[in-house]
Amino acid sequence: MREQSVFVRTIQYLSLFIGVFVVLFPPYTVFITSLKTKQEYLQNRFALPANWLHWENYEFIFTKTKILTTAFPNTLYIIGLSVAGNIILGTMVAYALGRFDFKLKKVIIGMYLLASVTPLVTTQVATYGLMNSLGLINNIHAPILLYLGADVISIIIYLQFIRNISYSLDESAMLEGASLFRIYWNIIFPLLMPATVTVMILRTIYIYNDFYIPFLYMTKTNLQVVSTSIFQFVGPNAASWNYIAAMIIVIFIPAIILFLFLQKFIYAGVTSGSVKE
Amino acid sequence: MNVSYNTQRTIILVSFLTVPLLLLLTFSYYPLLSLFYYSFLEWDGLTEKAFVGFQNYREIFGNAEYFGVLKNNAYYFIGGLLQTGLALYFAVLLNSKLKGRNGFRVILFLPYIMHSVAIVFMFQALYNNQYGTLNAFLDLVGLSGWKQNWLGDPSIVNFSLAFVSMWKYMGLSMVIFLGTLQSIPQDIYEAARIDGASSTQQFLHVTLPSIRKVMELLLLLTLTGALEAFEIPYIMMLGANNTETFIIKTVDVAFKFQQVGLGSALAVVMLLIVLVFVGLQRLLLKGGDE
Repeated sequence: MREQSVFVRTIQYLSLFIGVFVVLFPPYTVFITSLKTKQEYLQNRFALPANWLHWENYEFIFTKTKILTTAFPNTLYIIGLSVAGNIILGTMVAYALGRFDFKLKKVIIGMYLLASVTPLVTTQVATYGLMNSLGLINNIHAPILLYLGADVISIIIYLQFIRNISYSLDESAMLEGASLFRIYWNIIFPLLMPATVTVMILRTIYIYNDFYIPFLYMTKTNLQVVSTSIFQFVGPNAASWNYIAAMIIVIFIPAIILFLFLQKFIYAGVTSGSVKE
Repeated sequence: MNVSYNTQRTIILVSFLTVPLLLLLTFSYYPLLSLFYYSFLEWDGLTEKAFVGFQNYREIFGNAEYFGVLKNNAYYFIGGLLQTGLALYFAVLLNSKLKGRNGFRVILFLPYIMHSVAIVFMFQALYNNQYGTLNAFLDLVGLSGWKQNWLGDPSIVNFSLAFVSMWKYMGLSMVIFLGTLQSIPQDIYEAARIDGASSTQQFLHVTLPSIRKVMELLLLLTLTGALEAFEIPYIMMLGANNTETFIIKTVDVAFKFQQVGLGSALAVVMLLIVLVFVGLQRLLLKGGDE
């Protein structure tokens, strides 16, 4: 790479700028639309907003839809409980399977691996019947239960990670008479922290974006989450683009802010999550 | 503490594994087995079930309507291949000493963390035939001849939809490639350079072999992802205008037309196809390690 010609460098930058343009063009147009009146938007798509402080579209979204009062709180509640559960159950399984030998161990690991390749959307045909008979349709805990029950990726990440924690730590703790629960809680759990960060990132992204499960199991309006609320808003009401644009921006912003603050962890998280599979 | 480690071990194993295994059995394996059972039934999901043997499967394999929709999945596969190629190109570029590479990485990755349903509606606004910003942009830059009815034209709509998927996931693949590229020790490149290898040769003989595994994995994910394509066409088009994918077909048959038996059989077929590909990939991977 030392003697690269100016020509090659130019082509490289050019391709990068084309990439940047393709990525930023859609959100940019949505952003300027969100600050325009309907009239303004129809007149010229690309003209900058006449008034950068035209907040009417946002006001409409905040006051006339349930995004702030229902969708975000519900989504946060579901993410909070599910991810906490994923972490607790994941570390427990990893400790039990990663530290002890017993008869069924290989079978259990195999069961997790097989479940990890099963496409979740296809089995919902049968899961729906199960949830129905459990009386969990239109219950905010239904998706939480599913996110806990069908989560295999966290367990696999923890299982991979616990292998790199030296067993001699457990042994020396045992020499000092620590109980196995203490070893799990005071030694293994804190040392699994990098895996926990990965799990938090992957699961939060997954659950925040998931459309299918809330769409199937929570049809009531007071149970809307972010993904179903925008689906409802755009669908039957056929709302104007300026309102839709404001809603899209409202939904994008929290994730973008979190991403800018947590970049390093997120890159590492998605990389190790996918490669460890 | 006077409980022996043996007893403790049993307590830990039982108490740590019972709940997770119950969840796994209830929400992964019970539905999976039910799915196989339902696939042999004629059932609307509510009233009596009738056992019909392989009739649902004969229907699926005998009627071109079902496997025919797989051609719509093919668009997502081709899009995925392009996406993987682009991701590798940008990853190699951003792995070199390039000014502003962190900024480029942030921007190219950004779509992955944007909300997927909101993205679909964003592209709806972009593609819209009357009000869309894409056609308006083409007018603006003097390319009016390239204007299309992006979602209305049946010969174009699937490309438009597959592009949304590429747009969202390219950055993810790129970051995964970058992570692997950064883990290649720099002294290997140093040695290759001393031996007089050009940058093309370095790419072919050092970079490619090191990222082979990740590449295979991403290609497998492209394939299974294309087979499982669902959200983008469903949210944007509700499967209309010849954009139905295999999963949309399955969901519609099972939930909209209430043919749970047939829907389950379709789901089983999809599951088996995915498992065959995953199995093949595992075999190939093993072969490569030896």
